[in-house]
Amino acid sequence: MQDAPFLPRIRSVGLNGLLVTFGDKATDAANRAAIAFRSAVDGQNWPEVAESSSTLVSAFFRVDLSEHRFDDLKARLSEILETQDWRAATLPTGRALWTIPAVFGGSRAPQLAEAAEAAGLGVAEAEAALTAARLRVLTLGFAPGQPYLGTLGEAWNIPRQVGLTPNVPAGALVAAVRQICLFTKDTPTGWRHVGQSAFACFRPRSETPFPLAPGDEVRFISVTAQELAGIEAHNGDGNGGALREVLG
Amino acid sequence: MRGLVVIKAGPAIALQDLGRPGYLAMGLTRGGAADVRAVYEGAALLSQDPHLAVVEMAGTGGTFDATENLRVALTGAVMTAQVDGSAVAWNASHALPKGARLTVGPTRSGTYGYLHVGGGFQADPVLGARATHLSCGLGALIKTGETLPVGTDKGKTVGMTLGPEPRLDGGTVRIVPSMQTSDFDEEIRRRFEETEFRRDPRANRQGIRMDSEGEGFSNPKALSIVSEVIVPGDIQITGDGTPFVLMAECQTTGGYPRIGTVLPCDMPRVAQAPAGAALRFAYVTLQEGAAIEARANAELRALPGLVTPLVRDPAMMQDLLSYQLVSGAVSATHSPLDEG
Repeated sequence: MQDAPFLPRIRSVGLNGLLVTFGDKATDAANRAAIAFRSAVDGQNWPEVAESSSTLVSAFFRVDLSEHRFDDLKARLSEILETQDWRAATLPTGRALWTIPAVFGGSRAPQLAEAAEAAGLGVAEAEAALTAARLRVLTLGFAPGQPYLGTLGEAWNIPRQVGLTPNVPAGALVAAVRQICLFTKDTPTGWRHVGQSAFACFRPRSETPFPLAPGDEVRFISVTAQELAGIEAHNGDGNGGALREVLG
Repeated sequence: MRGLVVIKAGPAIALQDLGRPGYLAMGLTRGGAADVRAVYEGAALLSQDPHLAVVEMAGTGGTFDATENLRVALTGAVMTAQVDGSAVAWNASHALPKGARLTVGPTRSGTYGYLHVGGGFQADPVLGARATHLSCGLGALIKTGETLPVGTDKGKTVGMTLGPEPRLDGGTVRIVPSMQTSDFDEEIRRRFEETEFRRDPRANRQGIRMDSEGEGFSNPKALSIVSEVIVPGDIQITGDGTPFVLMAECQTTGGYPRIGTVLPCDMPRVAQAPAGAALRFAYVTLQEGAAIEARANAELRALPGLVTPLVRDPAMMQDLLSYQLVSGAVSATHSPLDEG
């Protein structure tokens, strides 16, 4: 079924800026639009925009609305909106493709079987699906550098569990609502713990404090628990054995 | 080392500054002092850059010994303060000679007190700032036994004061409509404005829960929204209808609908309201809010011109001779008529 057409909306966010929203549901198209539109506006280097970000479905431009008129900026953003169908826009160049080793299932990721069952898949099938998927960093949030990765197939539209798992560790891959989240830090969560990596999403004292950026692509490769332990034993840089390539 | 030795640290004191802008896209919120106005007031009292780091103290302060002659200023929530056992004024700057002991005691009104030093507190900046952001693992609470390094101080003036904008006991807070305000029925918004809230004791630098009698403020229309940008001051309504004002260390995105956003210039009033204090929220239009905020920002910029000499208790005059009270270098905007 096609999503109903959604006209992009521009709203003020307090006096802190303008939000351009491309969907009222977290769809892949709306997310691509948000990333592409943000990149296009950033490319204009407007002095009024102090910084920008993108969420699952929106691009945000931080502007001091006590100094700059909302209506003026709204009009200028509208002009850029009208230049193309942003839901069909190509993603910006220069993004990275990350290949991140992770253990699926077992004691390091104890909820793979449960998640597979919720998705109507066998455990091996679920692991194959999670490692075959080429995911995109839809947005970073909740914790610094923490990616929400999507979009998995419809089978993975699994709800959050009712109770919280008290403490899922940093580096965990957790699944819900067709997304994988890769935890920056130990977190209580209702998402299911399907994989475990040694990838640090936030490295505050390194030269790349935030290794991932919205729009980057991520794929996971399956390693054994022993292999992950080997990676963890030599993980001073927090990279967890990941490989980064630049997409053309 | 030029600094302050922490003889005894209160349970919740930490370095702060104006925060780390520029990382929203990476999921890191700006953070920084809960009462930004207090940071500017301290900078005005010491005639220095408001970007220098300060110590934010929640509830109580601590005991600090100077390793060299220092200047200090005290702003924000009013706390008891002594230098070598003699009471000193809040909202004022003071000399803290080498070996002198500054004791900052419990809060008398407000929530967050600030200790400023001439030259600012030094620490290695992380991501461009010294602000402590505990939930993100940036910095740590100040502990008994550490020495807080202090930067080079170009100023000399002490004994100055600044009448603070009243903000320590709750009151009315102005809000502008935000992203999801129109998703709340008019009746709910009206009731929200008419309700007198109490600041819940369960409050921290991420958010402050607002308690009220009667039914909550959730709206079926606003329940299922996609997670969206959060800015400090956003008032989110959780599933059970309770409002939370999101503070300096809020997350960058969140899935609860926002009924409005507190004007940045009224955030110190929210931050400083003590547990149990009454707060009300009043909508202003975006245009009105912009004008109010612009005026408030102009006031912040004008603060350095508003400091005046402290009228000192003669009993404390013994230390006056060793310090230059009003230095010409910093008083270009200072009216000579104000001098005592």
